[in-house]
Amino acid sequence: MYENLAQWDYVIAAYAVGLVALGALLAASYANMRRAEKRREEIKRR
Amino acid sequence: MHIYANPKRFLSLARWLMPLCFASGLVLALGAVMWGLFVVPPDRLMGETVRILFIHVPAAWLGMGGWAGIAISSAALLIWKHPLAALSARAIAVPGLVFTIVCLLTGSIWGRPTWGTWWVWDGRLTSMLVLAFLYVGYIALAQAGAREGVSPRVAAIFGMVGAVNIPIINRSVVWWNSLHQPPSITAGKSAIEATFLVPLLVAVVGFTLLFAGIVLMRMRALIAEAQIEARLKRRALDAEPAHGGAGAAMGPA
Repeated sequence: MYENLAQWDYVIAAYAVGLVALGALLAASYANMRRAEKRREEIKRR
Repeated sequence: MHIYANPKRFLSLARWLMPLCFASGLVLALGAVMWGLFVVPPDRLMGETVRILFIHVPAAWLGMGGWAGIAISSAALLIWKHPLAALSARAIAVPGLVFTIVCLLTGSIWGRPTWGTWWVWDGRLTSMLVLAFLYVGYIALAQAGAREGVSPRVAAIFGMVGAVNIPIINRSVVWWNSLHQPPSITAGKSAIEATFLVPLLVAVVGFTLLFAGIVLMRMRALIAEAQIEARLKRRALDAEPAHGGAGAAMGPA
C-alpha cells in the first residue's frame, strides 16, 4: 500500500512538471503574439 | 512550400490553422492525460509509474522532432533562401527546448522509483542532455544574429550540424548498454500492449498538434516584429532626405 502511494507521488510530480511547463509555454507564446500584433497595428495606424 | 514564402499568404493560413491545432491538440492531449491517469491499469512490472510515459514519450518525440524541424527549416533557408525558414526555425527552438527539458525531468522522476536513481550517464540520457544544450546554443545564436544583424545562415549551419545528434539519440539504446529500455516502437512493430499503446499514440498526436499551434503563434509574433522593424526603418529613411534638405538649405545661411 505504501509503495503504491509512493509511486503516485512520482506520477503526480511528473504530470505537474509537464503540464506547468506546457501551460507556461502556451501562455507566454500567446501573450507574445498578441503584444507583437497589437504593436504592429498601432504603428500601422500612426 | 514556396507558395507560403509570402508572409501575407502564410498569415492567412496561420490565422485559421493555429486555433484548429490548438483546440484539437488540447482535446486530444488532455483526453490522453486523463486516460493515462485514471483509465489505464498499472503495469505488471512498472506499477503506477507507467502513467509517466504518457507525458515522457510525447515530450521526447517533440524534443527530437523539434530539432528535425530546425534542420529542415535550416536546409530550406540555405538551399532555397526561403524567407520564412529562419523564422520557423527560431519559432521551433524554444518549444523544442521546453519539451526536451520536460522529457529529461519526467524521465528522471520515472527513473528514481524504477531504476533506483535519478540520473545515469548512459548513452540515451546523455545524448538527450546534449540536445538540450544544442537548443540553448541555437537560441543564443539565432537571437544574437537577429539583434546584431548577423546573417541567419550561421544559425542555420548550426541547426544542420546539430541534427547529427538525432540518430545518435535514437540508436543510443542499441549501440550502448543502457538502463533505458530498447526501442519499444519500431517500423510496423510495437512491444507495447494495446491498452497502453492507444492512449500513448493519442497523447503523441495531441501534444504534436499543441506544439504546432505554439510554433504558429511564435511565427506570427516573429513576423509581426519583422514587419514593425521594416516599417520603422522605412519611415526613418523617408524622413532622412527632409532633414538633409533642411540642413543643406540652412548651411550656407
